[in-house]
Amino acid sequence: MSAAKRVAVLKGGRSLERKVSLRSGAQAQDALGRLGHEVLPVDVGPSFVEQLQAVEPDVAFIALHGRDGEDGTVQGLLEAIGVPYTGSGPAACVCCTDKVLAKHLMREAGVPTPEFAFLRERSIKELGAAASLGAVEAKLGFPLVVKPASQGSALGVKFARAGEELPGALVGAFSYDRKILIERYIKGRDLAVSVLDGEPGSQSPGGAAGDPVALPVVEAVPREEDFYDYESRYEIGMTTFVCPAELGAETTARAQQLALAVYELLGCHGVARVDLMLEEQTGALWVLETNVSPGLTETSLLPQAADAAGIGFDDLVSRILGSAWTRPA
Amino acid sequence: MERPIKGAGDGRGARATAHELARYEALFAARTHGMKSSAMREMMALTERPDVISLAGGLPDTTTFAPELYARLMAKVAAESTARALQYGPTEGMAAMVECIVEVMAEEGTLVDPGEVIVTTGGQQVIDLVCKALIDPGDVIVAEAPTYPGAVPTFGAYQAEVAQIEMDADGLPIDALEGTLDRLQAQGRRPKFIYTIPNFQNPGGVTMSLARRRRLVEVARERELLVLEDNPYGLLRYEGEPLPTLYSLDAEAVGRGGASDLVIYLGTFSKILSPGLRLGWAVAPRPVLEKLNLGKQGADLCSSSVTQLFVAAYFKERDAQGRAAWREYVERLKSLYRRRRDLMLAELEQHFGEEASWTRPQGGLFIWATLDERIDTTDLLALARKNEGVAFVPGRAAYMDGRSGSSSMRLNFAGVPDDDIREGVRRIGRAVREQVGLLGSLTGSSSKILSPSQDVTASQGDSEQDLPGDGETGLADVVELPRREADGSARQRRDR
Repeated sequence: MSAAKRVAVLKGGRSLERKVSLRSGAQAQDALGRLGHEVLPVDVGPSFVEQLQAVEPDVAFIALHGRDGEDGTVQGLLEAIGVPYTGSGPAACVCCTDKVLAKHLMREAGVPTPEFAFLRERSIKELGAAASLGAVEAKLGFPLVVKPASQGSALGVKFARAGEELPGALVGAFSYDRKILIERYIKGRDLAVSVLDGEPGSQSPGGAAGDPVALPVVEAVPREEDFYDYESRYEIGMTTFVCPAELGAETTARAQQLALAVYELLGCHGVARVDLMLEEQTGALWVLETNVSPGLTETSLLPQAADAAGIGFDDLVSRILGSAWTRPA
Repeated sequence: MERPIKGAGDGRGARATAHELARYEALFAARTHGMKSSAMREMMALTERPDVISLAGGLPDTTTFAPELYARLMAKVAAESTARALQYGPTEGMAAMVECIVEVMAEEGTLVDPGEVIVTTGGQQVIDLVCKALIDPGDVIVAEAPTYPGAVPTFGAYQAEVAQIEMDADGLPIDALEGTLDRLQAQGRRPKFIYTIPNFQNPGGVTMSLARRRRLVEVARERELLVLEDNPYGLLRYEGEPLPTLYSLDAEAVGRGGASDLVIYLGTFSKILSPGLRLGWAVAPRPVLEKLNLGKQGADLCSSSVTQLFVAAYFKERDAQGRAAWREYVERLKSLYRRRRDLMLAELEQHFGEEASWTRPQGGLFIWATLDERIDTTDLLALARKNEGVAFVPGRAAYMDGRSGSSSMRLNFAGVPDDDIREGVRRIGRAVREQVGLLGSLTGSSSKILSPSQDVTASQGDSEQDLPGDGETGLADVVELPRREADGSARQRRDR
């Protein structure tokens, strides 16, 4: 890039993670401003397309989380109106946002992911799916975790310790999505590996991105015994993050390899964060999900991991911005 | 790759690394850990949209206040008291303002010494100042369950431990209170104060009986405990006989001519006049009052002189018959709110399932509804917001642990236009039926509520639901959900 760009920072939106997104957006704006770009903040709402066309940006920096901004909806719109944007394309967004799809793809590719079943709300009403729950319980065992298929945060994530808790947990999760996932609960350590596209060769401006690299592993240690919930994930002080995580060299390498494999498998671009569990009993690593628009807030995992790799926040934002021009045709 | 101008920031030394960002964590006071922003609260923020009918607010109705009167009084304050209105006032409040407070309290049969009153910036400030004066980290407060959702973050911020006691139809059960006090005593702990809203409790909608009021005062005297009596709605009674305040009962027991020595009374002009004025007050035993005063000096020096003078002018206002304008306004509010309460009760009867129950408040602003115990109203809010465009306060907001009260919700009827009450309750009812229907399918229990739910859904033909081959709700959130007209034809009368 020869000069400063007009960068529309897309943030807010109508997802349940709106507030987190506003914070990510604010952080990105500050960094982009420091990098000398012209920052055009856009709170994504009903007149989004019109608003974006009016400001005529060179590029859109996606700081949205959850529905619309992370599920490919906004990416699809940006392709339609011809605005280059950061991060993954619509297909990868769809794969990562739909945890059920992502888990099927991982299982088929031999990537370890906790055993699971999925349910659509209408299959309960129309196909008598309730009768399958016994088999699911027998296969997965208790406790079970129930998650809305597309919710990015811990909102709607429920535990069922026994059979009688399952219907309530399912109804709770169905409040957020008509498709849900029932997953075997892995007791262990909560890890996250962020993956960043390598810098393109200096000889090929505008060329392809370099090979993706896995950043140091972050461990999230909940301050309270409680489930690693929505509050603790985003509020300073509720969770302690350790980066790099105190793991053996071999476990670290395995976690990073897994993250890179998943990044490739799901077709991610630019940046993504892969969440894993290190099972306490067996030492096995399990991939839970992949986040194509990781948070950029003060407490988010991606900036911490980048920092541990010697990549400052502004550099990180600059590299994410660069991903808008290295998208494979 | 086209590189952004790397290092442009470095030169200015403005580069924020994650390390620097994380450094803030070390700077925050330990008490901020108690200041949680919950998922539920974040979701509530999303409901503040014009297309969402909100039964979640704590709002009174301010549309009925006469604009001409407001303009005339403000003009009067501006013309006659310019310098005073624009100046700082005494921390304890202006004398003319305190006279109004004495008058309002006398209306409820409570006599107070003007010297024991402090004017505050809303009633909320009283809760904050009382905690500031009394609570060290780990100190115990005894409160009702559910309790005022607005007190929850305040108690949290002062790192109080709150023992909540489940209420029944007569408010706080005093035997349960004594049980809790005994248990605490056995642990060598003594609560700093008992927090109660005896009239038309927020959010519970119940009123403490006279017998319990007397007994509560006795218990407080026996054990020498302070009581914080939060009474924002006492004058907004729509039926039944007014009951004496805890303050007046205690003053009677002390027998020193109208001053309680264990009850801190909290009042506000927010519900009988306007929350925009930000004026409330406390009446407290002098030693406590002095600490509240010092606390207030640190918080905001004094409450707004402009609004205090406005209230003072308003309380002098008389109509042609010589009746006080403020009394008439309260009467008007009462008849408006009574009608809206009755409307909401009737709508609940029609649209909430058989599993649901709700309080029938004799006054105040809120109804507390409780659903099938397997329904979590925080999740229900997510569903109702998304599919129906309606909001309420999930029960968890009224519990310190953020977990209890999960099948309940608080509904405001006072500040909501009639049409929105009808449509709002109908929409919540539809979301409830959807969840109850699903539970029925999952547990195999035949639910009478299931079929009407399906009928309602089908009759509307909502495009956002059950898209063939999709099943995702993505579309629903791209399309703005217009506020549906209250359409009688779409409303289903359930056979019960």
